[in-house]
Amino acid sequence: MSDDHHSHDEGSHFSDVELRVRALESLLVDKGLVKPETLDKLVDTYETKLGPRNGARVVARAWTDPAYLQRLRDDASAAIAELGYGGMQGEHMVVVENAAQVHNVVVCTLCSCYPWPLLGLPPVWYKSNAYRSRVVIDPRSVLKEFGVALGDNVEVRVWDSTSEVRYLVLPERPAGTQDMTEDELAELVTRDSMIGTAKL
Amino acid sequence: MTAEDPLGLPGLPRDAEGPVFRAPWEAQAFGMTLTLFDGGCFSWKEWTQTLGAEIAMARERGDADDGSRYYEYWLAALEKLAVAKGLTTRGEMLARKDEWDRAARATPHGKPIVLPGR
Repeated sequence: MSDDHHSHDEGSHFSDVELRVRALESLLVDKGLVKPETLDKLVDTYETKLGPRNGARVVARAWTDPAYLQRLRDDASAAIAELGYGGMQGEHMVVVENAAQVHNVVVCTLCSCYPWPLLGLPPVWYKSNAYRSRVVIDPRSVLKEFGVALGDNVEVRVWDSTSEVRYLVLPERPAGTQDMTEDELAELVTRDSMIGTAKL
Repeated sequence: MTAEDPLGLPGLPRDAEGPVFRAPWEAQAFGMTLTLFDGGCFSWKEWTQTLGAEIAMARERGDADDGSRYYEYWLAALEKLAVAKGLTTRGEMLARKDEWDRAARATPHGKPIVLPGR
């Protein structure tokens, strides 16, 4: 793979996609449509600062504050914005709650829409055709491959994201965590548990 | 994903399950799209439709569509939408791509690559 980035002769070499990205970016900068510093900051935000931690904070707050949970049910976008998260295309959020007999899982069959401001960048499998097509048809077997075994009495609900609505799964609070602080609880919450492909 | 960085890029973003981008250009393409959307150049619906169409075409061509080429489709969709919205043209992009290619080839390893006269 390193040959994509530099050849063994004197000059440097960009791959085709790298050249296209540079071409488009420099044209947009020339036209004043993109500011390099804004772009750098944005990329940096998504690369290093977001990740699934914002989503984990929402979940931990919902576990510890019943009034917040109710606001999350009533208007998830507004409740999430209370914690300072939102913006971009993640503003129309719906939170779906797991319970003893309900398991939720999220997909985007069209094009891998994903609540980026809460979860960072989507994992490769989320974008794969296999996941997108199969989880709708046979969620139980897909979840089983992820190591999520569900009893026959558990209802599986599959939520297909659109350009208008994004879903966040609210996992069940693990047993034995009643003495943990909100910060400690946030540490327990994984990305996959908020997509619905893992339990905690 | 192994602990070794598959592209040999130190500092590549990752989370517990692996890198979120596999190369810097993916993050740049991603960031450009959000910046243009934020600037009102297109709606998110227009973006998802363009990207969805690109992925559907790739599948019709017989691509595996296993997620590994996702950002290639993303970039192709972004180029199409930028042209459709009059932000740039195919000709401009090809000419600029050629400029970057020549600049890269003329730049020794380890030196920043810049376009001449800019």
